[in-house]
Amino acid sequence: MPLREKLIRALKVLVFLLCLGPADVLTWKAFHDLLGANPVDVITRATGRWTLTFLLITLSITPLRRLFRLPWMIRFRRMLGLFAFFYGSLHLMTYVWLDKFFNVPEMLHDIAKRRFITAGMTAWALMLPLALTSTAGWIRRLGGKRWQKLHYLIYLSAAAGVVHFIWLVKADIRRPLTYGAVLTALLAFRVLVWGMAKARSRAAAQAAHPEIGSSGQLKKQPQ
Amino acid sequence: MLIKKPSDIPSSEITPKPVYVNRRKFLAGAAATSAAVAAGLYLRNAGSQPAATVEASTKLTGIVKSQYSTSEKPTSFKDITNYNNYYEFSTDKYEPNGLSANFRTRPWTVSIEGLVKKPKKLDIDTITKLAPPEERIYRHRCVEGWSMVIPWVGFPLSALIKQAEPLGTAKFVAFETILAPDQMPNQKRGVLEWPYVEGLRMDEAMHPLTILAVGLYDEVLPNVDGAPLRLVVPWKYGFKGIKAIVKVKFVDTMPPITWNMMAPDEYGFYSNVNPNVNHPRWSQAAERRIGDSIFSPKHATLMFNGYGDQVASLYSGMDLRKYY
Repeated sequence: MPLREKLIRALKVLVFLLCLGPADVLTWKAFHDLLGANPVDVITRATGRWTLTFLLITLSITPLRRLFRLPWMIRFRRMLGLFAFFYGSLHLMTYVWLDKFFNVPEMLHDIAKRRFITAGMTAWALMLPLALTSTAGWIRRLGGKRWQKLHYLIYLSAAAGVVHFIWLVKADIRRPLTYGAVLTALLAFRVLVWGMAKARSRAAAQAAHPEIGSSGQLKKQPQ
Repeated sequence: MLIKKPSDIPSSEITPKPVYVNRRKFLAGAAATSAAVAAGLYLRNAGSQPAATVEASTKLTGIVKSQYSTSEKPTSFKDITNYNNYYEFSTDKYEPNGLSANFRTRPWTVSIEGLVKKPKKLDIDTITKLAPPEERIYRHRCVEGWSMVIPWVGFPLSALIKQAEPLGTAKFVAFETILAPDQMPNQKRGVLEWPYVEGLRMDEAMHPLTILAVGLYDEVLPNVDGAPLRLVVPWKYGFKGIKAIVKVKFVDTMPPITWNMMAPDEYGFYSNVNPNVNHPRWSQAAERRIGDSIFSPKHATLMFNGYGDQVASLYSGMDLRKYY
């Protein structure tokens, strides 16, 4: 195994342990009675924030690897995305178990009636197919292009997550807006890259066929 | 003398140890790229934890028991003083304790005004002597779905009202919190409209259950719970219990109240605890009792927070779905 490969694998183990950190801290605090007056509230908020944080970290892999030309970073994306799903599922379990005690009618009522719950459920539901199809086998089965398209759902999931956060806050939405601003920046990067790629391909087409103008129309030939 | 005078420096003057970490400072300069901001959020989360502190305190003496107290087990002093909403200091429920530690509660005057025979400005130390301090162990239900049992020390609001001699035209009582942006950091920002205002109908204000609290657990009311003077109306959601009161005004029309101005469809003037009227964003059918274990189920919320026998008659004939 080349040294570079060994380093990446070691780093993967390290990142994995680091990503488990927040869950470890919560568990440790829960067992040592350090979660304050309302532990369920603390667990709910912490797991919710970590879900959003991991979604944003996952979405920052592509900009980072492009801006700093670090192609190997792509190898961390799946793990980070799965951690977003992991914390999202813990967040959902906190609601289902510790908040609602598996009271299904009440939860259905919540989903239908309370828009912040609707948004949160949507965000989690959109992550589910992504987590399920995160394996190499599923990429093969779906084919790269289709798999890629399916995984664009992460943009919607992250947006629904931010909306969920904004809607649940009573007053002072600075914190959810911080997440919203980061998400906007990360999505703007993609729009920019997409726009530049389009412009480049047009320029390339123009170079190959100089008779086609930048607007795509035929240039007037000089008389 | 009902309250022992502190022999040396009042507790409010003592600067406590730093009780919270300024995470904003910690985060400054974290955002070079959007990814770096994402990393910043990671750090911010890692740094956030409830700061538990207990302040220096002064014992109250001559407290009498009350027939209105519940026999339920009171929530711990630590939880009561480290978990509450005090938006003037922070929108976080763990932070007000540390942020309010240096809040100055002396000198303090309360202005009694409006439709009264004798408008006056009363010193807080005069107010605390209006009536003997009573221990009132009340259930406290927050509109957010959590509850506590709090051993307040206070006296009926009616004692203060009788002093003021309101005119027959006075139908409501309006309360106002101090406006002190130099001491209350969130008053520098537009979190809510400041100062915080609240109100009660005259019969609600005169009800024997309605008290002005000056203490907690036999001690002078901690700053975090609204020192030096706060309202407690146990059959209403907690936000009706306005803190750090500087003005009591008698009026003839329903006064505006802060949370109602902020979100009229979510918070009504009456805001009686009512399990049948849901808050648009959460159910009010059940509540989490602070201090319970993580896995213990919630408690069913009671109509008028369990004080229906005493107060239901105040609202007879009223549609409580309409007047929430």
